[in-house]
Amino acid sequence: MDAVGADVLVRNNVTVSGNPDGRPMLFAHGFGCDQNMWRFVAPGFEDRYRTVLFDYVGAGGSDLSAYDVERYATLDGYARDVLDVAQALDLRDVVYVGHSVSAMVGVLAAAAAPERFGALVLIGPSPRYIDDEDYVGGFTEDDIQGLLASLDSNYLGWSSAMAPVIMGNADRPELGAELTASFCRTDPEIQRRFARVTFLGDNRQDLGRVAGLPVLVLQCSDDVIAPEAVGRYVHEHLSGSQLVKLSATGHCPNLSAPEETIAAIASFLDGG
Amino acid sequence: MVDGFYAALREDDPEELYDNAPCGYLSTLPDGTIAKVNQTLLTWTGHHREELLEGRRFQQMLPAGDRIFYETHVAPMLRMQGYVREIAVHLVCRDGRRLPVLVNSVVKRDAAGEPRRIRIAVFDATERRAYEAELLTARRRAEDSEARATALARTLQATFLPPAIVSPPGLDVGGAYRPAGDGSEVGGDFYDVFETGRGTWAVVLGDVCGKGLSAAVVTSLARYSVRAEALRTPYPCAVLASLHDVLVRYHPEQFCTAVFVALDRTAEGVRLTVSSGGHHLPIRRRRDGSLDTIGETGTILGMLDTPRLTDTATLLQPGDFVVLYTDGVTEARRDDEFFDDDRLRAAISRRHGVGAQELADGLVAEVLEFQRGVARDDIAVVVIRVP
Repeated sequence: MDAVGADVLVRNNVTVSGNPDGRPMLFAHGFGCDQNMWRFVAPGFEDRYRTVLFDYVGAGGSDLSAYDVERYATLDGYARDVLDVAQALDLRDVVYVGHSVSAMVGVLAAAAAPERFGALVLIGPSPRYIDDEDYVGGFTEDDIQGLLASLDSNYLGWSSAMAPVIMGNADRPELGAELTASFCRTDPEIQRRFARVTFLGDNRQDLGRVAGLPVLVLQCSDDVIAPEAVGRYVHEHLSGSQLVKLSATGHCPNLSAPEETIAAIASFLDGG
Repeated sequence: MVDGFYAALREDDPEELYDNAPCGYLSTLPDGTIAKVNQTLLTWTGHHREELLEGRRFQQMLPAGDRIFYETHVAPMLRMQGYVREIAVHLVCRDGRRLPVLVNSVVKRDAAGEPRRIRIAVFDATERRAYEAELLTARRRAEDSEARATALARTLQATFLPPAIVSPPGLDVGGAYRPAGDGSEVGGDFYDVFETGRGTWAVVLGDVCGKGLSAAVVTSLARYSVRAEALRTPYPCAVLASLHDVLVRYHPEQFCTAVFVALDRTAEGVRLTVSSGGHHLPIRRRRDGSLDTIGETGTILGMLDTPRLTDTATLLQPGDFVVLYTDGVTEARRDDEFFDDDRLRAAISRRHGVGAQELADGLVAEVLEFQRGVARDDIAVVVIRVP
């Protein structure tokens, strides 16, 4: 690996595990948290796949100093992070698993470098969150302003509560104290910008740019962020995609229903 | 009597306490479906118990923006660390009103460690959030005015330098400048290149002591005084003497150093006449690679009653370079080490076969690199080359 590749692995806090000879499986986290979102899902594939986890620049354990306002002003900048990681490890025939906004990031990355991708798994995808004429994304621009306000007020609260205070189930913490302190917390300005890029964007046109790639769309029940109609829209506009509805509710089946999520992905990959 | 009262208090009916506690309580399934809610929360929000217990999720009580925040941040944190504290959201009341609240939640697990329910405590935070909103507005305003001040500094700074250097005919002149730090403060370095008459040109470079607005005013004055005076007299020392007088008269507490160079063409070649008011003398690199300085360092301008300034003339030959610079170059520091004169001379010697602009840019870049990218002082360099 060249020096640039090594830099990318540090910059994006890349974690490689699983079967070194297996097909590469690249997991991309969504807006809000970091690669820990895959904590319960990625191990389910480690026996057969080479699993690659990373944090986008600006999230989790990434190098915040590498954050470039212009580069990350569009999802293409995030897609470049994905491609940088794929290139640094020279991944081919990648199974890309993208949650939330990373579903569209994966579509952009696969359109830009189709030779690296073998399959896409899109969990809770939405090509546009804001309603537009006949299209129902589920939100209005005012709602997104509300989200920015919410991020702001919670930043105020968090700045004083940064120290990890263990309460409740201290005997069975899923995360170590160190991760607890940083999980879902990053530079508030970067978070604001990522929120804008995620929720104010429109990538409906990009769905047509990945052709001939097997795609699985995983739709949760009662997902307030990516409603069922949006999942169906994605499925209808991605030729050859499969739509699977999970009984898991909410927006993060990778956390709330990891077994069901693993089973759905495995069945798709095994041609089921 | 008193004992009996306390005893009764100690046995405060838990049921009654739950319902009318001074905070709202909810118990939900792991996915947020509300299973139990206390009276306080119902009173605050106006919701009816039956409506909330008909499969409504806690996150559905939040407005859309807060709901996204909840799903993308709070729900993952709850699942991963088992609790959240002081989450600031709103509850949408039955009449559409939004109640600002702070939320603490704890995940209750079964023996196998599986999440079974979430216990949520809700605190009315109307006053506190109003105050925080004011703080936030104040912070934004402070950030805005800081950004405006920086923009102002940059605009002002831009007037200290010519937008582009026009080289006199038959000469090659280049200039480079780098403000101190992040450029948010106005520095006092200036330079200029302009025609003073038929076939005569002037190059001036100076440094007003101090920073900020008062230095900026003087820097602006210095640049324009020099321009005006240079059109009246052909003698560099007279131009600087005039600048000295202006400083003494209008800004007695301010002083500056400057070097003024007059260029004209004679039968023998390009003649350079230089005067320095307390400023580093220009360094010449001759075609054969030898280095020398030109002129005599006079007194700092605006300081003494009577300045001591002299003119020194020399002929430049094809291939000669003359480098004018401010002390941001030689006094650039890395730990206890200065960039100093020797490094500057070495840097000038090393750069062969370059144009004036390239040499100026190269020197500024090297000084900047020496300071690990952060300039402690403004850096200005002007280079005159005889092609």
